[in-house]
Amino acid sequence: MNGLIAVYLRELLILKRKLIRQLLGMAVGPLLYLVAFGYAMGSGMVIEGRPYLEFLIPGLIAMNGMNQAFGIATEINVARFYWFIFEEFQSSPIANAAYVAGEVLAGMTRALIGVLVVICLCLPFGLSLQFNLWFWLAVLCNSFVFAALGVTMAMLVKSHADQSLVTSFVITPMAFLGGTFFPLEKLPLWAQKVLYFLPLTHASNAIRSSAFGLTPQPVNFAVMLAVGALFFWIALNSVNKARD
Amino acid sequence: MIRIENLEKSYGDVKALNGINLHVQAGELFAYLGPNGAGKTTTIRILNGLTRKGNGSASLNGFDIERQSCDARRQCGFVPQHLNLDSELTVAENLDIHGRLFDMSAADRRRKTDELLEYVELADRKDALAKQLSGGLKRRLMIARALMHEPRILFLDEPTVGLDAGIRRRIWSLIKKVQQDGTTIFLTTHYIEEAEFLAGRVAFLDQGRVVAIDSPAAFIDQQGQWAVDVMAENGLQTTYFKDNDEAKAYADTLPNEFSLRRVNLEDAFLALTGKKVKP
Repeated sequence: MNGLIAVYLRELLILKRKLIRQLLGMAVGPLLYLVAFGYAMGSGMVIEGRPYLEFLIPGLIAMNGMNQAFGIATEINVARFYWFIFEEFQSSPIANAAYVAGEVLAGMTRALIGVLVVICLCLPFGLSLQFNLWFWLAVLCNSFVFAALGVTMAMLVKSHADQSLVTSFVITPMAFLGGTFFPLEKLPLWAQKVLYFLPLTHASNAIRSSAFGLTPQPVNFAVMLAVGALFFWIALNSVNKARD
Repeated sequence: MIRIENLEKSYGDVKALNGINLHVQAGELFAYLGPNGAGKTTTIRILNGLTRKGNGSASLNGFDIERQSCDARRQCGFVPQHLNLDSELTVAENLDIHGRLFDMSAADRRRKTDELLEYVELADRKDALAKQLSGGLKRRLMIARALMHEPRILFLDEPTVGLDAGIRRRIWSLIKKVQQDGTTIFLTTHYIEEAEFLAGRVAFLDQGRVVAIDSPAAFIDQQGQWAVDVMAENGLQTTYFKDNDEAKAYADTLPNEFSLRRVNLEDAFLALTGKKVKP
């Protein structure tokens, strides 16, 4: 347990030292999307009987949660390839599970802060969204999925450049196609079927339903938990691969 | 304390370790000397769980590094060649995180942090960020961190590389002090004078093999105590002598410019391998 706390605490201390920069970084993307898509392009637009802005914000919450949780991969890679701090963990007697769990928790913490940043950005506009228990459960599941994916990728990549490729080919497409900016029903049926397998699609659905005061579909949680558990398992089995 | 048997490691077609055999006794200060690429760092990384080994076996204080990896890691502290401090954390936080990784209680972590910062003369920098320390102070903090969980063996991989002569001497004093306090030290270096000054025994490593093990004094004695270097047509030629008068008498007969000096480990390494430690 002490090993898990050590890994988690180290990430929290680093986050604390860079908090202002991190908060600003977490706010820039969602703020631009709010201005560009929410106000400029989407004003007056109604989707599923609600103003587009109300549709967009749960999507932005899911997307920012994903980005911040996956961002733990960058922190790990910096520690691994530039500062060589990963060697401290490798040469200590902690279990791989403690290391992975500590980093996943750190990723989830980043995601929760990222979600709070989006909520703060939206609060002044008096939107009628609900932040109930289902909402927070969905946010947690979403952050678990992408923190576990982030740790997996950080263990598997061989350089910082590889990490950028994963972001370009996996995270960015998912951010736009995972039900964040538009309802998937607008796409052809075959595309809907493909995109249904993206974990962010289920996160967006669950977060949006909860925020609208509806009960989310159990399948959304089931998919997120299953995918998160799969990534966690892969991360666990990849830690040894990070050795020479 | 450290036992290595037929240890091998390959990176693709390149054989980094080619059947290493070593036995380091408790309390020894053992130096592993060789040119760049000889396999020094690979050995030390395998012993510390950072690199997977090939064939062969190794144990630390009786614990097999593969089958009993956690117990083996508890036996040792490791100071790598490159700086790997958490630069965003304070000096005390760096030690605290290390203590947690080795399952130390909060009281032990506090006690040991204060004790070690006094030991390495960093007590007044306890709350400074690691990134604010100079190169020499960072090295001292890395040694303190490696000693945090009171390891039986301390591995030092090129601990003074890149440091100026004065700071290097201070690090040497600290290493001597750690050994005198009962810790077994395994040191890799390609600084001849470092191995001569610090080590009780030295292993010469070349192309992934240990070519000889002995004390620095014995290596030097085998070669002779004095050397005369003279620039000949086919390059620098060195002749060795048992005593200074004999060397001087020979030097006086030389028509060319010469240099008379004491024999060092470099001469012994050259005689055994035909190569210099520092190319």
